[in-house]
Amino acid sequence: MIARPFDNSVNWRLPGGILGRLPALIVGLAVTALASGEEPRPITVASTTSTQNSGLFEYLLPKFTAETGIDVRVVAVGTGQAIRLATNGDADVLLVHHPASERSFVADGLGLARYPVMHNDFVIVGPGDDPAGIRGTTYAATALRRIGEGEHVFVSRGDDSGTHKKELELWQAAGFDPRPAGGAWYRESGSGMGTTLNTASAMGAYTLTDRASWVSFGNKGELRLLVEGDSRLHNPYSVIVVNPERHPHVHAVEAQAFADWLTSATGQRAIAAFRVDGQQLFFPDAAGASGGADTE
Amino acid sequence: MPSPPDRSDDHPLLPLVVRGLHFGINGRTIIKDVSFWIGSSGRTVILGPNGAGKSVMLRLCHGLLKPSGGEIRWGDLSVGQARERQAMAAQHPVLLRRTVTGNLMHVLRVKGVPHEQRQDMVEAALRQAGLEDLASRAARTLSGGQQQRLAIARACVLRPDVLFLDEPTANLDPAAVRGVEELVRVVAAAGTKILMTTHDIAQARRLAADVMFLNDGRLLEHAPAAEFFAAPKDPAAVRFLAGELPD
Amino acid sequence: MNEFSSAIIAALSMILTLDEDLVEIVLLSLQVSLGAVTIAAVIALPLGALIALQNFPGRRGVVILLNALMGLPPVVVGLVVYLLLSRAGPLGPMGLLFTPAAMVIAQSIIVLPIIAALSRQTIADLHEEYDEHLRSLGCTPLQSVATLLWDGRFRLLTAIMAGFGRAIAEVGAVIIVGGNIQHATRVMTTTIALETSKGNLALALGLGLILVTLALGVNATALIISDTAQRRYG
Repeated sequence: MIARPFDNSVNWRLPGGILGRLPALIVGLAVTALASGEEPRPITVASTTSTQNSGLFEYLLPKFTAETGIDVRVVAVGTGQAIRLATNGDADVLLVHHPASERSFVADGLGLARYPVMHNDFVIVGPGDDPAGIRGTTYAATALRRIGEGEHVFVSRGDDSGTHKKELELWQAAGFDPRPAGGAWYRESGSGMGTTLNTASAMGAYTLTDRASWVSFGNKGELRLLVEGDSRLHNPYSVIVVNPERHPHVHAVEAQAFADWLTSATGQRAIAAFRVDGQQLFFPDAAGASGGADTE
Repeated sequence: MPSPPDRSDDHPLLPLVVRGLHFGINGRTIIKDVSFWIGSSGRTVILGPNGAGKSVMLRLCHGLLKPSGGEIRWGDLSVGQARERQAMAAQHPVLLRRTVTGNLMHVLRVKGVPHEQRQDMVEAALRQAGLEDLASRAARTLSGGQQQRLAIARACVLRPDVLFLDEPTANLDPAAVRGVEELVRVVAAAGTKILMTTHDIAQARRLAADVMFLNDGRLLEHAPAAEFFAAPKDPAAVRFLAGELPD
Repeated sequence: MNEFSSAIIAALSMILTLDEDLVEIVLLSLQVSLGAVTIAAVIALPLGALIALQNFPGRRGVVILLNALMGLPPVVVGLVVYLLLSRAGPLGPMGLLFTPAAMVIAQSIIVLPIIAALSRQTIADLHEEYDEHLRSLGCTPLQSVATLLWDGRFRLLTAIMAGFGRAIAEVGAVIIVGGNIQHATRVMTTTIALETSKGNLALALGLGLILVTLALGVNATALIISDTAQRRYG
């Protein structure tokens, strides 16, 4: 359905055989610990509103808990805030969708390693009558420029989320700066994906959204999907375990078990099987049974 | 003023001796240099027009107000020590938001009366005041007269040595007035010293054994009732009894 | 209008089938808000009585401050508590963030000034009325306070219910310190916010109807209690 976008930024395997086995070792240890009767501790996952609103967690997490006995508590906020939570040690695991921020997080020693988990794509939605005439545009940046030049109402996340950062990258690629028009046709809602979609729906405005949120959104009103397929709209999600050396209190073993499960064959199959309205919303990204970490 | 006898009538708190009593508030003097003594346990009525300072006098004797000058002694006790053995019923009875019984029980609890004794004392007080049928009524739903009788019964449940009554029937209809006055007689007969204020001359005639006439903060005359009503010595008292005060 | 009829249907079907999720959410809402009100009352009632009865320099300022704090914005309280409970904050090691305990703490802070200010007013009014009588009886300070608290019981209960009403209706604090975690810290208000953000407006409205009914019930009960008390005891 979705054209697999090219992505040469991911290195699938850890160098060296033993290090590559490390995740599996830890899972093994975790399982042994669980089997020996020790109560598995719950983990707090800082993730995004888009993943939560799609319903993925309600579908996926019970499977993980059934297999490992680990309770997963998801705090869903914008990507920027999720990273701040993980930085402060208020979460054990980070599951977000902005590779640049994720890499900085790991590079700063705040996270152990970054494991690609799944991807979907962003789409541009807008009023059915499409006054900006962007329906079917190949390139998202072009579409945005048309919206900006025509001063058509556009609702931005405006909340430092992964979606927001992607949107800003697209404006930059279009060579158009919408911020001077803030409050006029460029409206920053400062909220999650759902609230932003509600706002766009009520205003009959354009907005950038991830496909999963869009498909599961219950208040589309006059909004229609107008632009999709641009490789720039690729939306990859990764999972990162918070570094226990920075925050000794994190439940590192259980957190690693979670990361490993997500990237395992079971987890990946489950992700692929998740459907809303008959549509697959997330596409597995990890290769192999225990996946691999990105160490760039 | 003649000096008081050392003890009188075997009453624990008498004689009440007041010397040079002064009370002022916010620059206004309300009680001016009042001196008297009360030796007998008969019903004393403080009579005078409105604004004479009668209520303040009562409260000074009960220790609810501190005098600016002068001294008050109850027998061998200071005002503070005597207060424990005294009780007061104000013009507008302050009843707790509880039942009639609840109001009486509250007093017994505060005073530390043992559990077993409380019920009997409450019943006795209710009987004395004629309120037995109203025991479980909410106190504040009683009629004006009933409320005042409850306030008096409450004040008397522990048989105080002195009962202060501040214009107890000022707002009551004649039937209620009679009920309250009857209760006052009963309480007095049981041995409690009554110190009562009123501006109602007829009431004073009915109840007083001795009268203290107060006007404008000064004690102008103090005499046995018969003497006072037959031939008042003070000119202001004469005018008051003739219905000519206040000007 | 369609949304409203869908909402009523949604609400009724959830209630009638005793929908598991609904029950869990309502129970947690009640637990959190009742817990908060209890803690707040235990502190606020004596505090209000103390301020009402004890004269001290600056008392008027304290009363003004207390009344002003009734309007403390819940979202601000949530933010402050979040900063305190975060691992990066002073109380981080307690690990309370994103737990119902954090929600109870935040709501207690919001509700405390309400109960304290209202109970101060009640006790002060009663004190004015009863003071002479209680002094005449020779009550100790403790006995006086006990008398005033008991006689003011209906007004104080109303104050507590006012606090509860505020707690159960707020969303700003609990969503920040609780994280709206499913099966853990999701309460009625945060669920309404979430369902709204998913565009499930009928469901959100249905939950809203249930919440409003609950709040109305509490307020109506408070009114009936104070009315009845007024008529019976005066």
